[in-house]
Amino acid sequence: MSKLPEMISKHQEAIRADWLKQMSGAVRRADLMSNEEIDSQSRELLTTIASGAKSGGITNLDGPAWTPAREALAAISASRAKQGFTTSETAIFVLSLKQPLFAMVRKELAASPDAVFDEIWKATLLLDNLALITADAFQTTREKFIARQQEELMELSTPVVKLWDGILALPIIGTLDSARTQVVMESLLQAVVQTNSRFAIIDITGVPTVDTLVAQHLLKTITAARLMGAECIISGVRPQIAQTIVHLGIDLANVITKAKLADAFALALQRTGKTVVAMDSGNAKKTLFKKEE
Amino acid sequence: MERIPILRMGQFLLVTIQVDMHDRLAVQLQDDLTEKISEWSSRGVLIDISTLEIVDSFIGRMLANIAAMARVLDAETVVVGMQPAVAITLVELGMSLAGVRTALNVETGMELLYELRGDFHSEMGG
Repeated sequence: MSKLPEMISKHQEAIRADWLKQMSGAVRRADLMSNEEIDSQSRELLTTIASGAKSGGITNLDGPAWTPAREALAAISASRAKQGFTTSETAIFVLSLKQPLFAMVRKELAASPDAVFDEIWKATLLLDNLALITADAFQTTREKFIARQQEELMELSTPVVKLWDGILALPIIGTLDSARTQVVMESLLQAVVQTNSRFAIIDITGVPTVDTLVAQHLLKTITAARLMGAECIISGVRPQIAQTIVHLGIDLANVITKAKLADAFALALQRTGKTVVAMDSGNAKKTLFKKEE
Repeated sequence: MERIPILRMGQFLLVTIQVDMHDRLAVQLQDDLTEKISEWSSRGVLIDISTLEIVDSFIGRMLANIAAMARVLDAETVVVGMQPAVAITLVELGMSLAGVRTALNVETGMELLYELRGDFHSEMGG
């Protein structure tokens, strides 16, 4: 039976003082978090470790006795992930507990070197496990961040704009992948129904590259819009993209394509029986004259 | 037996699908429609599917078939009011309904039919 849990509970304050004293600047990162915060974090962690070790043993950290310790570690690494710590800095925070712990074991069991080695080995395993839990939690937090940002980006980057009665524009910024195509398609079709639009201009000025997959996604959107009775015009085809499309052998014969959004808009206006005319010169002069007055 | 009503509006036929399409109903509609086109010498068919929420490949093919059959009987087919979800489903099923004309609603659909037929008459006149 290990004496480690008992020793940790007994000397908890001493270990903590030692730990904080020896914590190097790299672990502490005074620029990212305050001394009070690190103080409370270390106290909470050590208390939960002591109670976990006491009731749950030090070999298996999956049991309910270790739940508070696991939660404390998760909270610590989550807050550090937000504060901008690196993974290793976060792991070292836990691993730096080794030195004070070993020192304590050596002092307590000075009489029997074999027992010292035994307990130190057990303490190493315990702390390694705790560090692994920390690293896992750290990574989970980061991944959640990234997923949320991707979601936000997705919502931000697919606006449907009404240009005129019955004419919609959909400026696409960034690469079109399957997930985005789904969002783009849904929001476009929804807008077509809501605004009763006969024309939708898909502007791909902001799409960096067009490969066969992107083209396929575009064609799907166009076909779906056509099924609902709306016609799509692709605009913003840059010269390089036109070359790529031809080289890849993508068939856009059934799709109206225009170089500029303005050209597409003019075509849509014309098809809906509207036109843009200049104000007659008399009117223009009057306006100019008034301004000068 | 349940049937989808076919309304006659001058030289056009109007079909509004307001129930869940099942396969037998679709085949029945195909039969009735071809019958009526030839009986009344209709020049156009307008199919309103704005309340249709579920489609499968069979219904999709049926729409394409009706358009093709009507074309043989010298009538244009316009499908109107397709829901976004239905359009996405059909595209994902690989059915683009190439021979079918589409419009946003009944109003624009009728305009399209008149336009198509108007061209036909002026060609004959000219």
